[in-house]
Amino acid sequence: MSPKPQEVADMIRRSIPDADVQVNLYSGDDHFEMQVISASFVGVSRIKQHQMVYAALGDQMKQAIHALALKTSIPKESI
Amino acid sequence: MSDSVTQQIDQVVKNNDVVLFMKGTPDFPQCGFSQRVSAILNAHEIPFAAVNVLLNNEVREGIKAYSDWPTIPQLYVKAEFVGGCDIVTEMHEAGELEELLAPLKKEG
Repeated sequence: MSPKPQEVADMIRRSIPDADVQVNLYSGDDHFEMQVISASFVGVSRIKQHQMVYAALGDQMKQAIHALALKTSIPKESI
Repeated sequence: MSDSVTQQIDQVVKNNDVVLFMKGTPDFPQCGFSQRVSAILNAHEIPFAAVNVLLNNEVREGIKAYSDWPTIPQLYVKAEFVGGCDIVTEMHEAGELEELLAPLKKEG
């Protein structure tokens, strides 16, 4: 059973509280696309940014989420 | 996961300047994400070693632990993990991939 996009967004916000998260399904009910904007990404490599998001999803990433197209960025005011 | 699989992966990563762990092969990719990264590398005209993780489940799971990265494809350049499909695509569009690969092309 795959989580709903809203549940996926909530998981991210629990782990990265300031995150501006947008989650959509692009195919079926387990192919997600997500954009995460957070000041906590400042000074962090892209790989580490994505790993922070994957960590927030925990076991869901290994099981219920079949595919995740992910884009991370930092807020404009932090640049 | 057995240590020998980790060692095998480590050897492949260190012995090849550009390695793509993917589902399927560059000629017959079996996943859209793997296909995209393979096509980007081809567009850069850079030779690369490809490992089809679908042929060996230990490698498929082992590479995820090796890089602490939950998805495939995974691109390695000069033994460094570069990223998966999203990051490689972003780097390609930003011109960063060209910068990364250019020195390897000169070496021939």
